Amino acid sequence: MSAKIERLRPIKSSKAANSSTTAATDHDRNPGTALDLDWVESLAVNRSAVERRTASLGGRRTVKKAWQAAWLLKAVSCIDLTTLAGDDTPGRVRRLCAKAKQPVRQEVLDQLGAGDLELTTGAICVYHAMVPTAVAALEGTNIPVAAVSTGFPAGLTPMDTKLREIKSSVRAGAEEIDIVITRGNVLTGNWKALYKEVVAFRDACGEAHMKTILGTGDLVTLRNVAKASAVCMMAGADFIKTSTGKESVNATLPVSLVMIRMIRDYYERTGVKIGYKPAGGVSTAKDAMAYLALMKEELGRDWLEPELFRFGASSLLGDIERQLEHNATGRYAATWRQPMA
Amino acid sequence: MSVLEILDSMEYGPAPEARDQADAWLAAHKGSFKLFIGGKWRAAKSGDSFATYNPADGKKLGVLSQAGKADVNAAVKAARAAQGNWAAIGGHARARYLYALARLVQKHSRLLAVLETLDNGKTVRETRDIDVPLVARHFYHHAGWAQLMKTEFPDQQAVGVVGQVIPWNFPLLMLAWKIAPALATGNTVVMKPAEYTSLTALLFAEICEEAGLPAGVVNIVTGDGRTGEMIVEHKDVDKIAFTGSTGVGRRIREITAGSGKKLSLELGGKSPFIVFEDADLDSAVEGVVDAIWFNQGQVCCAGSRLLVQEGIADRFLKKLRARMATLRVGDPLDKTMDMGAIVDPIQKKRIADLVEAGVAEGAELWQADDAMPKKGCFYPPTLLTGVEPSSTVAREEIFGPVLVAMTFRTPGEAVALANDTNYGLAASVWSENINLALDVSPNIKAGVVWVNCTNQFDAGVGFGGYRDSGFGREGGREGMFEYMKPVKSAAFTPEKIITLPASAKPVGDMPTIDRTAKLYVGGKQARPDGGYSIPVLGADGSVLGQVGDGNRKDIRNAVDAARKATAWSSASTHNRAQVVYYIAENLSARADEFTDRIRAMTGASLKNATREVEASVERLFTYGAWADKYDGAVHSPPLRGVAMAMNEPLGVMGLVCPDEAPLLAFVSLMAPAIAMGNRAIIIPSPVHPLAATDFYQVLETSDVPGGVVNIVTGARDDLTKTLSEHEEVDAIWYAGSTEGSEMVERASARDLKQTWVNNGQARNWYDLAQAEGREYLRRATQVKNIWIPYGE
Repeated sequence: MSAKIERLRPIKSSKAANSSTTAATDHDRNPGTALDLDWVESLAVNRSAVERRTASLGGRRTVKKAWQAAWLLKAVSCIDLTTLAGDDTPGRVRRLCAKAKQPVRQEVLDQLGAGDLELTTGAICVYHAMVPTAVAALEGTNIPVAAVSTGFPAGLTPMDTKLREIKSSVRAGAEEIDIVITRGNVLTGNWKALYKEVVAFRDACGEAHMKTILGTGDLVTLRNVAKASAVCMMAGADFIKTSTGKESVNATLPVSLVMIRMIRDYYERTGVKIGYKPAGGVSTAKDAMAYLALMKEELGRDWLEPELFRFGASSLLGDIERQLEHNATGRYAATWRQPMA
Repeated sequence: MSVLEILDSMEYGPAPEARDQADAWLAAHKGSFKLFIGGKWRAAKSGDSFATYNPADGKKLGVLSQAGKADVNAAVKAARAAQGNWAAIGGHARARYLYALARLVQKHSRLLAVLETLDNGKTVRETRDIDVPLVARHFYHHAGWAQLMKTEFPDQQAVGVVGQVIPWNFPLLMLAWKIAPALATGNTVVMKPAEYTSLTALLFAEICEEAGLPAGVVNIVTGDGRTGEMIVEHKDVDKIAFTGSTGVGRRIREITAGSGKKLSLELGGKSPFIVFEDADLDSAVEGVVDAIWFNQGQVCCAGSRLLVQEGIADRFLKKLRARMATLRVGDPLDKTMDMGAIVDPIQKKRIADLVEAGVAEGAELWQADDAMPKKGCFYPPTLLTGVEPSSTVAREEIFGPVLVAMTFRTPGEAVALANDTNYGLAASVWSENINLALDVSPNIKAGVVWVNCTNQFDAGVGFGGYRDSGFGREGGREGMFEYMKPVKSAAFTPEKIITLPASAKPVGDMPTIDRTAKLYVGGKQARPDGGYSIPVLGADGSVLGQVGDGNRKDIRNAVDAARKATAWSSASTHNRAQVVYYIAENLSARADEFTDRIRAMTGASLKNATREVEASVERLFTYGAWADKYDGAVHSPPLRGVAMAMNEPLGVMGLVCPDEAPLLAFVSLMAPAIAMGNRAIIIPSPVHPLAATDFYQVLETSDVPGGVVNIVTGARDDLTKTLSEHEEVDAIWYAGSTEGSEMVERASARDLKQTWVNNGQARNWYDLAQAEGREYLRRATQVKNIWIPYGE
């Protein structure tokens, strides 16, 4: 991933140089910690206060003109371009991969003065069955393939099946594995079982980065979300991710605020940076800007890179493309002028 | 900056709000503004003027008229002329006008927001997202009260002409808080906006024109403090509503003393922000941002004293410092700014001086090192740690973006520190434990308590303070009463003050004829400190007995006893009801004795004396009945949660009795006060004190805890003066002379006690509309609003 990040940044930037150095030392893997139940039990989340913060943020932070263009490009680079449907076919996945390689028309990038950017999305995210197709389609790029796993989306298949599923996807070339946790462990407060499960998943992932899907819509309360985030990070999650996209409520800003504050806590406790991935429900450029602002405000600049931040989205890119074209030309753009994903 | 460079820095970049419409509005006035009087724009008679500036860049925005005496007179005259008809057109017609004002505020919302930002320096995010929407909400809400006034407040009427003086920190919002309830209830107003920030008030005057508001209903006069003082002093103004500094509030109390003007004061604060160890700390940090860096900290209810539980203090302050680093200070018209400009260089200097003084006293200074704008009037978000309650910065209202932090160990200590202040406007309590939050909130002396939130405002929820933060409430049902007065069932008559005959002067060691009543302090009969007694003459001139001649020290002792009797205020209302009924029962048992006493003192007929005793028993029953029925309310502000409006006792009350109806008046003042949970120091009529002194035995046999009722006989106005000046007395009810009324109001100015004086006008104590009921209960309590957002 480091090469891709380096490409995203102007070469002269010293920050980019530093970042790629650290990336090379593999700082971004989370070794995990022992399960600290005291920490889990001490967690408090005030829902109304969290909602106030996220509700006011949109009015507090905004980007215009060149800044907006840059932020939109950043958002594109952080998208896990996703297809997770029962009717997925190799043809559909190849089309998606083509879009991941050239997510924004070159002429638009040129107009924005970003023609040399070699912009790609952050990853392609598919079911296991589509991993070989995606890997083949993305050969020669640095775009990783992410596979949803462990009985996605409900996560209620037998444990050995889940572990085999992870290993199969890694063998098939997936560099990132998006696992789902057993939500029942959270709903019953069985933190030890949750920890044990995620540790096993992480072990099965090996070199592949593990994104841990909490299924926040199923967890319902923000307190559950906070506790599940903490346990999953202690168990070695490289990313924590909100949703499968299949729950009735998926990524929201309040849930995101709770999760990224947990990431900050974990960083303060361990010095390890965990990534964040909101998934499902982020479909407009405006939404994407709000998420980026939230990451910048709560976690800082480092979390505005695909190594620590991804959107799990399918339709988001289309809206961003149109906004970018508007930014470049001053005209409102038509959907059909943007190549389909 | 190129897209690629920004992609590296991921900075926000400028996001300016357009100001062209506001500039066009200023240009249309050629930068020069007149006064709005009687529906017409006129220049100040004197021709005096002053300039107003944009604090963000120091540039002049325009020149305003300095209203002088002739102008204020004209404005009051116009308001007076308009008032009768404005009240007479009825609630529905007024509701239509207020509705129109609400709609027009929304219609001009962005112009109002941008103009406010230009004039005040606060961020356009706040004017756009907070100030202006709350202004519209205030007019909508009060359009509703106008509509409902006749049915909801059938025994109330407009006060008349209201003079209103507002501050610069929320220029348009404070205007709305003042004008909306005044107009809803049928008053007309003369409003003076703050001299730093008059522009939106003038734009609002244009909105009044657009709404077709009758001429003279709203009059806007610009000017400095001199203009404000002219309004306050004006003989034909019936009420003054003021928001601003405690110092000016005191001055207004002094000027209006004895004038009969109704008064509401919303003054300064040094509000505590309490973080318990089980709070959501990240959310509490964000709460601090909203508490002290909202409007650059220029907020009367700003959470400026952080009280954090000792065990989590380091962690919390670390989080807070990290958060401070992401606050953005700069051009208030930039939509990405958290803080704009301080309103004026004078204010900025005051803030800087106080911070310097704090550091000199040993406080540790932390300011975010974010780049501050080079030009303009800005001050960075500031945290002072190592501060103790004795520090200047912990006691003085800084009125800027400066937070002082202290620690506590237990909930009790948190409350003690929270209350260790002259002020009592607001408080914020952060805990995830509902038991803790709801136990602590009522114990904090403040008019508003926000649980797990801060700086929440709504037109339907009363706002206002205790102590040096003033009195009166704005918003909600409780706020309506500030702009209404009871429709009198009958005219009051001038109080006949009976002067003691020369022979009745205090004499020492005079042999008693009947018996010498002592004072009643802390549940015991106590000899007067001075060792003097006063003979009490009967209607026939004979000496009926003697009472103690109380002095300053007796008042002090009585206040001490009342102060200590705190259990009464937290006793159950059922318990208090029982005691009040029991007093009635025991009075009834001694009815004959009291009848005789009244006859001997006043020369009343048997029939009339019997009637007075019977009425007194009945009055006690009334308040025994009320004791457990004067409920608060649950407001429904627009959030997922509730605001509980609790009727809290004022605390220690001084009750000064008139000469007429010596038993009934005494009971009529005592009963509502103690039924609502207050502890009282009562000064009986000096000429007819024996009904009160005989009452000792009634109290003693009625399970009234010691210190709840204290009675000090003696020279009424001398004792009253001491009571009024006593800082531990929370309120005074005075029924005596005109001069005494003025003295009470004047003497209460220093600590801004709540006062209720009769201005020398005697009530008919047998007329239920005048002598008992909700007005007494309202005057014996104050509303505390506790905001409780919820949701797991």
